Amino acid sequence: MDKAIIVSNVDMHFNMSKFKIDSIKEYLIKLFKRELMYQDFIALKDISLEIPKGDVFGIVGLNGSGKSTLLKIISGILKPSKGYVKIYGVIAPLIELGAGFDMELTARENIFLNGSVLGFSRQTMKDKFDEIVDFSEMEEFLDVPMKNYSSGMVARIAFAVATITQPDILIVDEILAVGDFRFQQKCEDRINQLMSGGTTVVIVSHSIEQIERLCKHCMWLEHGKIKMIGDKQEVCDAYKNS
Amino acid sequence: MKVFIKNVFKYRYLLEDLTTRDLKVKYRRSLLGILWSVLNPLLMMMVITAVFSSIFKVVENFPIYYLTGSLIFNFFGEATNGALTSILGNSPLIKKVYVPKFIFPLEKTIFAFVNMLFSLLAVIIMFIILRFVPSWTIVFSPFVFLYVLVFSLGVGFFLSAISIFFRDVIHLYSVFLTALMYMTPIIYPESMLESMPAIVSNVIYCNPMYYYVQYFRNVAMYGIVPSLKDNLICIFCALLSLLIGSLVLKKSQNKFILYI
Repeated sequence: MDKAIIVSNVDMHFNMSKFKIDSIKEYLIKLFKRELMYQDFIALKDISLEIPKGDVFGIVGLNGSGKSTLLKIISGILKPSKGYVKIYGVIAPLIELGAGFDMELTARENIFLNGSVLGFSRQTMKDKFDEIVDFSEMEEFLDVPMKNYSSGMVARIAFAVATITQPDILIVDEILAVGDFRFQQKCEDRINQLMSGGTTVVIVSHSIEQIERLCKHCMWLEHGKIKMIGDKQEVCDAYKNS
Repeated sequence: MKVFIKNVFKYRYLLEDLTTRDLKVKYRRSLLGILWSVLNPLLMMMVITAVFSSIFKVVENFPIYYLTGSLIFNFFGEATNGALTSILGNSPLIKKVYVPKFIFPLEKTIFAFVNMLFSLLAVIIMFIILRFVPSWTIVFSPFVFLYVLVFSLGVGFFLSAISIFFRDVIHLYSVFLTALMYMTPIIYPESMLESMPAIVSNVIYCNPMYYYVQYFRNVAMYGIVPSLKDNLICIFCALLSLLIGSLVLKKSQNKFILYI
């Protein structure tokens, strides 16, 4: 089967210098005193995985196990310290809601701004505008500055924009947790619909039920290492019993 | 370079949207809106003329002398000052979506350029009020706009990258800009350079802004056709700045996310 994502021997290290240095004075002092030591923090260690096209891949793990770091590496936001990631196709990251929203602007302006952040053309956005508004059910508040929105309302707009075109890969980080149950249902329907259209989905969630419901395969991360990878049921069961 | 152009093309809508966003946010809730870009230089000119025109009597047409100089210099100042914090200011975005980093300083430079075009209206208004007929050489002015645009872009790239690692630059830069302004003959007449101590005038001759301001004044005010040497100096400074700026940005951009 065709691959959508290949992650090969990825390591991610962070310099956890005890004090954040961001002024020249501090830098020179530290350099002089030979205190420029970095505490190396290994967020990910030797991660390799292949996700085939059309798969729905879940990642579970405790807080701080490296899930979000891995997603950021896959979306190209972070560069891995070692190893490489190969992506086949257009990627739509939903790492955090409202990325690229300017809260001073209205929802209408933000939809276009967000669309261009994701690399959609102006014409696509014009064509899809009504569809986005319909999906988010926010037409009443379109011309209200987004700073007056609740987080659930922001989530609706963000999800609607990111999934409006059929991306090859959709990255979903914990965002389905916001929004009321009806909208969550709607998002899941949309994900299912995208999947049947061949989109590869990578989901991070703390809701095991959600992973079990949506995913085909699953990976369990612990302290930056792969603890288990494979069929969703086995992994989820093991994770729940841990 | 090929990737750069491809990315500019791919993200042109983002550039457009960010620029209009900046314009909207800048003039939000001001009655006159974008008119301020025209009014501001005019008001500034009145103040400066009132104060300095009697001191520097040698300068003919002092208002225009000042306006032409400040147009070029203010563009540079605004573009680089905007670029300085452009990447830092967009850190929420950079942390969540992959966007080529150079987009942000580039956008600020374009934004300043749009602003400058409005301020250009102020110069034209003063031409009309003072019945000043510029000579035909003014057709050369797009060249200097292009040179100073490229120059500012390079400086902007450099500053936007360096300010992420050392925030001191942000505080230092406004002082630097003021110093640079005094090192450029904007208020005082160019002829004063000759009476200055050699060390001061030599420093001024090393200031690229001096050549851009002089170039624009020559073509807009004095009707002097720019020589090949003038052009070469301007192009050289612009390309050198762009080269250094983009190299620094390119080398460091993968580390940005760890510092913002």
